[in-house]
Amino acid sequence: MSNLVEVNNLNIRFTGERTVHAVNNLSLTLGEGEVLGLLGESGSGKSVTLRALMRLLPKKRTQISGTVRVLGRDVLALDDDALSAFRGQTVSMIFQEPALALDPVYTIGRQIAETVMRHEGKSQHDATARALEMLEVVRIPSAKRRLDAYPHEMSGGMRQRAMIALALACKPKILLADEPTTALDATVQIQILLLLRELQREFGMSVIFVTHDIGVAIEICDRVAVMYAGQIIEQGSLREIVRTPLHPYAKGLLASTVHGAKRGARLETIPGTPPSLDQAPSACSFAPRCAFAQPRCTAALPPDVQVGPNRSARCILVDPATAGA
Amino acid sequence: MSEIIEPIDKLEPIEDIGGVAQPLLRVDGLTKHFPVRGAWFGAAKTVRAVDDVSFSIAKGETVGIVGESGCGKSTTARLLMHLMPRNAGDIIYDGRQVGRELSLRELRRGMQMVFQDSYASLNPRLTIEESIAFGPKVHGMADAASRHLARELLGKVGLRPENFANRYPHEISGGQRQRVNIARALALSPRLVILDEAVSALDKSVEAQVLNLLVDLKREFGLTYLFISHDLNVVRYISDRVLVMYLGEVVELGPVDSVWDQPAHPYTQALLAAMPSSDPDNRTQVPPISGDPPNPIDPPAGCRFHTRCPFAEPLCGGATPKLTELDGLGHQAACYMAIPGSGHSRAPAARDLHSEAPALS
Ligand SMILES: Nc1ncnc2c1ncn2[C@@H]1O[C@H](COP(=O)(O)OP(=O)(O)O)[C@@H](O)[C@H]1O
Ligand SMILES: Nc1ncnc2c1ncn2[C@@H]1O[C@H](COP(=O)(O)OP(=O)(O)O)[C@@H](O)[C@H]1O
Ligand code: SF4
Ligand code: SF4
Ligand SMILES: [Mg+2]
Ligand SMILES: [Mg+2]
Repeated sequence: MSNLVEVNNLNIRFTGERTVHAVNNLSLTLGEGEVLGLLGESGSGKSVTLRALMRLLPKKRTQISGTVRVLGRDVLALDDDALSAFRGQTVSMIFQEPALALDPVYTIGRQIAETVMRHEGKSQHDATARALEMLEVVRIPSAKRRLDAYPHEMSGGMRQRAMIALALACKPKILLADEPTTALDATVQIQILLLLRELQREFGMSVIFVTHDIGVAIEICDRVAVMYAGQIIEQGSLREIVRTPLHPYAKGLLASTVHGAKRGARLETIPGTPPSLDQAPSACSFAPRCAFAQPRCTAALPPDVQVGPNRSARCILVDPATAGA
Repeated sequence: MSEIIEPIDKLEPIEDIGGVAQPLLRVDGLTKHFPVRGAWFGAAKTVRAVDDVSFSIAKGETVGIVGESGCGKSTTARLLMHLMPRNAGDIIYDGRQVGRELSLRELRRGMQMVFQDSYASLNPRLTIEESIAFGPKVHGMADAASRHLARELLGKVGLRPENFANRYPHEISGGQRQRVNIARALALSPRLVILDEAVSALDKSVEAQVLNLLVDLKREFGLTYLFISHDLNVVRYISDRVLVMYLGEVVELGPVDSVWDQPAHPYTQALLAAMPSSDPDNRTQVPPISGDPPNPIDPPAGCRFHTRCPFAEPLCGGATPKLTELDGLGHQAACYMAIPGSGHSRAPAARDLHSEAPALS
């Protein structure tokens, strides 16, 4: 199986008033038809990583090194024309806030149709037909009438569906989803998650799904990469990450999730807070909070230990010989 | 280390009057309607934010409120705190009617609130110590004593006073700010603390730290909590009893385990079933309900859930079903299916009041 996305040694640094080493030595791959979750707490670098894949970061203040290949092409080298074809047709993105994708002054139907005309050179008539089809695909009731609705005239859940319709209108190979259900109410969130799961299968898309919520990852991901301080500190299949996390941070994160915890029993916690990102990591970033830290952990950056075919963890305690068991 | 141990000056908590048998808070018929301008011709419409809500909180209890955004949780909290006028309803604190037998000033001491936005209640120009000391000073404590108390409380919420007392709100993390807000609330020695989405903005690992802290503080200070959250896992963990709200009304209430294990109202069932799975081999297959919650402006007549309820029958759109006791143990639901003899085809047959409690489901 070939990889649609291959990211190697990605480093992203924001300069300006403060320097932020937002992404550090990050490598990941995304296979055909696969849903990869990026799981981590706020500030861990999830959104920045996704934006880098679409080249959506502010040019002037961002320093990027490493390689990002999508369908074999070097994304960091695309010129403006190639980039605009790439966005929407090859890779498309949905957000927590639909306002980031939907233009408030155009109707939903017009926005989808314009995208189709621009990317596929379709006539207005055909493009409008596609817009209607897409609203039906995302199960917006009375789709025909909704073509003429403005984003603010829709409820939160319907706006989220409209954003998905827009993102999928040109049948992208890869969908990047940045917490698209986080702001939704529980009964709406599950509807959108199941819709995305279904569309992913139907369209045969590959998806990178960013979330801070392990429950959401469980509903939709095949594979999970756990992020901490701009690094992937562990990755593996969903089941492996949920059932047998290896890295102490991943273990702590899963244990501290209040899920069926007994009343009165103490919750497991991770002491302290994440590090500031003003310097590139030269040691294990988790060491100040880790119960197992030892001198080796701060002497150098721990290696990313391969534990299985798609399994690795960045911790000196992880032993490739025994961890897979 | 030798340190002179001197007693910390504290405000006396307001007196316990009725003993354990008397609820710390009783709310009866609480109602808040917001007039809103309609889109067409400025026709007046009404948001029925809180509609005839009644419940009580026993001393030492933690009562949770769950429900989706806009169902009236925060409005309920603000009404209890008397931060806005209400249309109707009685609020009775330890047997004393607020506004008559208990002054607002006394109520502020007896009941404090922590909000979701950790910045909201901290003055950005005051140090953390000054923020915590502010309330006690307003209530007559001397400056030195109130600062002393502030430092003591910082320690109680897990922030070393020597590191934090002189910092400003923007200089600390969200989790630390929320600890400061908790300390600030405790500075007036309240007996009831209302936590409105107080941990919702925090990352999971920090959320767990703050929840542990809340459990510890409750024990140490003998507190009573009203804990509002949209996160069902958190509410189950912390609450003894829970109220489920939908469009301004309480649709179910009871001991948290009964409500979770045997939810009686179809909305509660949907809410619980909408929680993402925790088992990769057992994912959710079908969304429990479709569509978005309806607009709280001019909500549906009768049972407000009838527009989305899979069990709705004609009578559901008529009169509003009343909260009805299910098991004699305080589990209640406002659904015609739970009301014996209501006429709903799934309702149990009418029974006389002395018969045994019916087995549920
Ligand atoms: N445009 C930017 N300029 C400077 N810093 C940024 C920018 N975007 C993100 N950051 C910083 O990069 C880090 C990672 O952010 P982000 O990827 O948004 O985290 P998350 O995992 O919550 O999505 C954070 O410290 C954030 O403040
Ligand atoms: N000051 C206000 N003016 C008008 N409507 C309001 C006001 N405050 C709240 N509302 C409305 O009242 C309803 C309940 O809101 P709220 O109590 O904040 O819900 P929750 O906390 O459960 O999300 C919502 O429809 C909200 O829009
Ligand atoms: S490398 Fe060391 S400090 Fe880092 S997670 Fe592993 S044991 Fe802990
Ligand atoms: S009263 Fe009727 S509509 Fe309302 S929840 Fe019960 S069955 Fe459904
Ligand atoms: Mg983000
Ligand atoms: Mg609220």
